Amino acid sequence: MKLYCLSGHPTLPCNVLKFKSTTIMLDCGLDMTSTLNFLPLPLVQSPRLSNLPGWSLKDGNAFLDKELKECSGHVFVDSVPEFCLPETELIDLSTVDVILISNYHCMMALPYITEHTGFTGTVYATEPTVQIGRLLMEELVNFIERVPKAQSASLWKNKDIQRLLPSPLKDAVEVSTWRRCYTMQEVNSALSKIQLVGYSQKIELFGAVQVTPLSSGYALGSSNWIIQSHYEKVSYVSGSSLLTTHPQPMDQASLKNSDVLVLTGLTQIPTANPDGMVGEFCSNLALTVRNGGNVLVPCYPSGVIYDLLECLYQYIDSAGLSSVPLYFISPVANSSLEFSQIFAEWLCHNKQSKVYLPEPPFPHAELIQTNKLKHYPSIHGDFSNDFRQPCVVFTGHPSLRFGDVVHFMELWGKSSLNTVIFTEPDFSYLEALAPYQPLAMKCIYCPIDTRLNFIQVSKLLKEVQPLHVVCPEQYTQPPPAQSHRMDLMIDCQPPAMSYRRAEVLALPFKRRYEKIEIMPELADSLVPMEIKPGISLATVSAVLHTKDNKHLLQPPPRPAQPTSGKKRKRVSDDVPDCKVLKPLLSGSIPVEQFVQTLEKQHGFSDIKVEDTAKGHIVLLQEAETLIQIEEDSTHIICDNDEMLRVRLRDLVLKFLQKF
Amino acid sequence: MPEIRVTPLGAGQDVGRSCILVSIAGKNVMLDCGMHMGFNDDRRFPDFSYITQNGRLTDFLDCVIISHFHLDHCGALPYFSEMVGYDGPIYMTHPTQAICPILLEDYRKIAVDKKGEANFFTSQMIKDCMKKVVAVHLHQTVQVDDELEIKAYYAGHVLGAAMFQIKVGSESVVYTGDYNMTPDRHLGAAWIDKCRPNLLITESTYATTIRDSKRCRERDFLKKVHETVERGGKVLIPVFALGRAQELCILLETFWERMNLKVPIYFSTGLTEKANHYYKLFIPWTNQKIRKTFVQRNMFEFKHIKAFDRAFADNPGPMVVFATPGMLHAGQSLQIFRKWAGNEKNMVIMPGYCVQGTVGHKILSGQRKLEMEGRQLEVKMQVEYMSFSAHADAKGIMQLVGQAEPESVLLVHGEAKKMEFLKQKIEQELRVNCYMPANGETVTLPTSPSIPVGISLGLLKREMAQGLLPEAKKPRLLHGTLIMKDSNFRLVSSEQALKELGLAEHQLRFTCRVHLHDTRKEQETALRVYSHLKSVLKDHCVQHLPDGSVTVESVLLQAAAPSEDPGTKVLLVSWTYQDEELGSFLTSLLKKGLPQAPS
Repeated sequence: MKLYCLSGHPTLPCNVLKFKSTTIMLDCGLDMTSTLNFLPLPLVQSPRLSNLPGWSLKDGNAFLDKELKECSGHVFVDSVPEFCLPETELIDLSTVDVILISNYHCMMALPYITEHTGFTGTVYATEPTVQIGRLLMEELVNFIERVPKAQSASLWKNKDIQRLLPSPLKDAVEVSTWRRCYTMQEVNSALSKIQLVGYSQKIELFGAVQVTPLSSGYALGSSNWIIQSHYEKVSYVSGSSLLTTHPQPMDQASLKNSDVLVLTGLTQIPTANPDGMVGEFCSNLALTVRNGGNVLVPCYPSGVIYDLLECLYQYIDSAGLSSVPLYFISPVANSSLEFSQIFAEWLCHNKQSKVYLPEPPFPHAELIQTNKLKHYPSIHGDFSNDFRQPCVVFTGHPSLRFGDVVHFMELWGKSSLNTVIFTEPDFSYLEALAPYQPLAMKCIYCPIDTRLNFIQVSKLLKEVQPLHVVCPEQYTQPPPAQSHRMDLMIDCQPPAMSYRRAEVLALPFKRRYEKIEIMPELADSLVPMEIKPGISLATVSAVLHTKDNKHLLQPPPRPAQPTSGKKRKRVSDDVPDCKVLKPLLSGSIPVEQFVQTLEKQHGFSDIKVEDTAKGHIVLLQEAETLIQIEEDSTHIICDNDEMLRVRLRDLVLKFLQKF
Repeated sequence: MPEIRVTPLGAGQDVGRSCILVSIAGKNVMLDCGMHMGFNDDRRFPDFSYITQNGRLTDFLDCVIISHFHLDHCGALPYFSEMVGYDGPIYMTHPTQAICPILLEDYRKIAVDKKGEANFFTSQMIKDCMKKVVAVHLHQTVQVDDELEIKAYYAGHVLGAAMFQIKVGSESVVYTGDYNMTPDRHLGAAWIDKCRPNLLITESTYATTIRDSKRCRERDFLKKVHETVERGGKVLIPVFALGRAQELCILLETFWERMNLKVPIYFSTGLTEKANHYYKLFIPWTNQKIRKTFVQRNMFEFKHIKAFDRAFADNPGPMVVFATPGMLHAGQSLQIFRKWAGNEKNMVIMPGYCVQGTVGHKILSGQRKLEMEGRQLEVKMQVEYMSFSAHADAKGIMQLVGQAEPESVLLVHGEAKKMEFLKQKIEQELRVNCYMPANGETVTLPTSPSIPVGISLGLLKREMAQGLLPEAKKPRLLHGTLIMKDSNFRLVSSEQALKELGLAEHQLRFTCRVHLHDTRKEQETALRVYSHLKSVLKDHCVQHLPDGSVTVESVLLQAAAPSEDPGTKVLLVSWTYQDEELGSFLTSLLKKGLPQAPS
């Protein structure tokens, strides 16, 4: 059993598990932090961005000034943003049988894998994961395609040139494999390969392995996966949460008794408490709006935004902000709000019971009805007519490199009345802001990451007791910025096995057993005997049938009836055909008793017993027969007298146990 | 011999009060708990005393499963759980759990408030009963206990309707509930995988019908409604609040829009408005098309259909009214029917099946003079029947049986005569045993479940490797020892079994002296023995070793010359107990002597 690690990003994993005869890809995360190295894509022509100076080497050589621009001491690539794909060379991806998706954030690389590697298998995911994943992809494609960029930079990727660049460009990994965004056509084709599954559904793969998604509590339809055969169990934990937000709670019990637990997707901000962050979010928002400023919340179109809207629903009236408009701008804003209301079965208990009334599970329905929340596909069109300030705008993309958020950064960045509040933890807010410097607007960092923290992980591991833990190397040491915090790493026994990008791990377990079915007719014919108290044995001779990786034992064929008839019998007809195996023997022969039985029941009167170094020799003098009896062996040496031999044989067998 | 037993308490050769007891591998499961629309006395509920005379139902039943929210499948549930007494788990899908208590409350109101029945279940009992419900997802494997598991499949029919697989070890039963094999305007078609159950229990409402195309029926329906309102008549469509109602609403809504009609369409009772909300919130349970387009336009928001007020029934001029219940046995639909029945301009369209004893059934069977509350009522309005029930027809039932590939089929929820026809069809065309027990009659099916054990990978791989050899045309035998410790069964090689139990193997060996008349040297004797055996034992490995001895498999033969008689040679044949048959055969073969050498 092997684990091929294709992604180095701990929260956007992509691993391939080889288990029995199957090849299973676990998640398909796309590392988008690479886009931070690029200039933002403005929706409307931005004089500031287009007039940034080109970057030149220290010696004044400016041959890269078309590709690289400088802004407040940082250098950016002036090109269509590109993403860092999972490793595609480590393993032949066309051999992947299935891809298991754990949540909608971890499927963003799917089109690259399913459309360009010869992949012919099936992808498994829950319905909300697929629907919301589709929205995220649609938004991404829309953001990138609606601002066509003529320029595509590639010179800087040259290894010899990259060396000369300033950080972080110099240290960016695998830049040659960075790719542009996929198209909607590729998205549709990729998504058509998905088969929908429900929590606790047992899915058979080729009869060899069973996979089951379990609720992970992190997002709508998010799941952990169990991959098991009858005797081995691997748990794949990715993006789980124990906090009560909107999704169904995490199923922990089913993770018990794993041989190996692969642990990915822990919180990216282990020191921040999500509840506290939500409080800070609300108070900063109120403060800004009261002072007449606008609030910008860069966000994904699904997920935490539902919780933020629910908080604001309760908060705005008490804070006297009910007249402040909330705008949600995304090409998929409407779909996201609508979809959130129809997945009652995937929600926490409270929200589920609302549907039984029947009422929409999320209160943003009421915010929309009362016109407090308005949603638009983009800043163009209706929005410009309705736009009132001060206001709160939720829009993407959280990297601040594309999407409508770029426009608001340019629009509001110059005034200190305005505030941008970062709630998504995926991007460093300082790096995200770098191309907008110098900036007068206030920046508040309230990352809300509900995924497991290290205290919860250690509790979880104690609870479910896996034999081995496998995790990204980042989790086996404290975060680089807080190297003294020994509590910010995984602590378990035996120590977790760690992996990094492009590594192959041999997982530490040996398969010893396989399930086999015994046909009832065969089972009836077995004769068990008790060897020790509570332990019985039975010898089995049967025909093995194997089909579709399932094994079945059938009764042996009946010995063919001697063909009566005129046909002349040949010697070879008597040859024992199908070798009927004799049981193994065990035990030892009590010599005295053996001799007594020979005398009393078989009428031998001339028996002589001799002692030898290892045992005894019993002599039947007249019959010229000799029986060597030792602790673990008996040897009968006789003339060709079959009757006598069989009698002696059966007597010996009487004293022995048969297996 | 293990067996599966099935006893219908209701829906055996009948439609109504569905309730089927299944015993499988020592587990008892009750499928559905319905009421009968055709009766108002004790017979309206299943006879639960059949399960146990004295003793709590909870001790006898491992779980109860409700297939969908129609009252003939869940109407007796509060009576069963709260008045007879059952505290175990009740499984149903989320939409069923949401909608079922509303229909039960509606049913209770009609029975108690309108008909004044005493000793009926109360609102509180409905609530207490629903607390025992565990909601299941489609395709989720629900572990009822360590051995019993259930799994729901999509059934179409109504929102949230499901088929259930009940499984213990390798034995399983599938219960279809009511289902529909063709997608309609708001629901998808039932689907099940090739799960090969021991028994498939299927409904058979339309056992003898093969329905014409849906499109024709829809066109017919629209034409009749249109003609009636054109000539100023009123159209009454008795429906159940959820199900066909939504489908017919979608149909009329789109027709009204297309034809730009202004005649009012009403929907009786607030219940249906609420019902439409459920459809909006449970969009994933509707058909593909609605799921795809709901963001742009939610099909369950109707523009032309308005809420009905009782006073509207006396308004002059044409109108279309959807009113509950669907079989004209009580409530608003019956009231409107009485008001409109006397006018031949009006029309009543029965869009679904009607149970015997209901007014719906009477008028559909041609009765035009009815006695109601002591008064004669002459039915002059036109009576039309349009099969819009979302039940599978004969073709659909055969199709489902083909999909699931069961060993046997059992028919419920249908009329005996029709069942008989379908039973023959299934037995002849699909060559599958088919049963159709009446209520209280038990069908027993013997099963032969195989026994799962763990085989050591070493033993299995050794056998499978040999199975791949080209010579292995004959069935090969696998030999091993089954170690049984508590409930843990493991099949290992006999050597491993001895080792695990700390036992030494006892070698039993035989050496037989066979006397041969042969004057030649012992080496030549050995060679003669070799060629003789080689010719006789074609399928065995016979070898002549350099030291002069001969082996047949692992039996060793050595020629020796006893000093006293040069004309005789002694052949020592030595074998272990494992080669007993072969050794014994060889000694008796050689005793007959060697064939004359072809010199």
